[in-house]
Amino acid sequence: MTELQMVITVAIVALTTIFTRIISFLIFPPGKQAPPFILFIGKALPASVMGMLMVYTFKDTVVLSYPYGIPEIVAFLVTALLHLWKRKMLISIAAGTITYMLIVQNI
Amino acid sequence: MEQPHKGRHAFSYALPIMIPMGISFFFIGLGFGLYATSQGFPWWVPPVLGIVIFAGSMEFVTIGLLMGGFDPLTALMLTLFVNGRHIFYGLSMLTKYVNMGWKWFPTVFWMCDESFAINATTKLPDNVDEKWFYFHISWLNGLFWTVSTFAGGLFGNLLSDFDLRGVGFVLPGLFIVIFIEMLLNAKNKKIRIFGISGMVLALVMLILFGKQAFMLISMISMLAMCYVAYKWGGVRID
Repeated sequence: MTELQMVITVAIVALTTIFTRIISFLIFPPGKQAPPFILFIGKALPASVMGMLMVYTFKDTVVLSYPYGIPEIVAFLVTALLHLWKRKMLISIAAGTITYMLIVQNI
Repeated sequence: MEQPHKGRHAFSYALPIMIPMGISFFFIGLGFGLYATSQGFPWWVPPVLGIVIFAGSMEFVTIGLLMGGFDPLTALMLTLFVNGRHIFYGLSMLTKYVNMGWKWFPTVFWMCDESFAINATTKLPDNVDEKWFYFHISWLNGLFWTVSTFAGGLFGNLLSDFDLRGVGFVLPGLFIVIFIEMLLNAKNKKIRIFGISGMVLALVMLILFGKQAFMLISMISMLAMCYVAYKWGGVRID
């Protein structure tokens, strides 16, 4: 690739990315009342998407061979249970991460 | 006189939430900088891609694109495929990202997985200006990512001296906490059901279709699920 072709490639990626971010707002601008179903989506979808994003962060977990996803399960439980108990964001995340690091560095 | 106070007040709520995010971004950004420079790109390429694209996984893909032959159509399609999820974030934020004035464009430009997750779910006290909060979360995301990719381009290779395996769990950890908080703070049971079913659906799709494709397939299925619930199930959320 020449330098110009590289610049064009990056420009295409950047502009397409902006397009994905902005298109929903252009189709349903604030002045125009969005259809009721679209407003319903705005309330229901964030919850579902958050559930999906959580799964997404575990997508590289190795399940079928050693260590069978055990470090992830243990760290998940530490984070989730500690958070349900104390509800202190930073403590839950730090405890889960330290647990995970200790396991993966020592197996 | 009230204007700057509102912004600063919202900032004091935004910054603490951004600490785990900053740590997470720092290590991913270092990794990205190291990856790009190890492929022969100069140190300034990672931060430039970080600033103009600002979508982590797409930046890794772009490095791959730049090493192949010139293929604009593939670049376009790949970007739509990898970043198509932003369309759904936009749909979810239609009623929140409005009447923001000049803060609107930066907030939408820096809308990524992390800023969406925080802005869509954080429960703020009534006296905090939510538009300012959205804006602060968004630009802090942009700043942290840019600084991290910059550091990665310059010093990514120093990282190999430390055993930091597993530190990446800050991101799953953050999303676990955000998800639990969302379930606990949900105004009604229906939102919780949508949350849990989204998680289950994504898990099933991950197993069925693998990690490359499952995000878009999950979101299209969710949209279909919402439509069925709304149209035929008569489900409404206040």
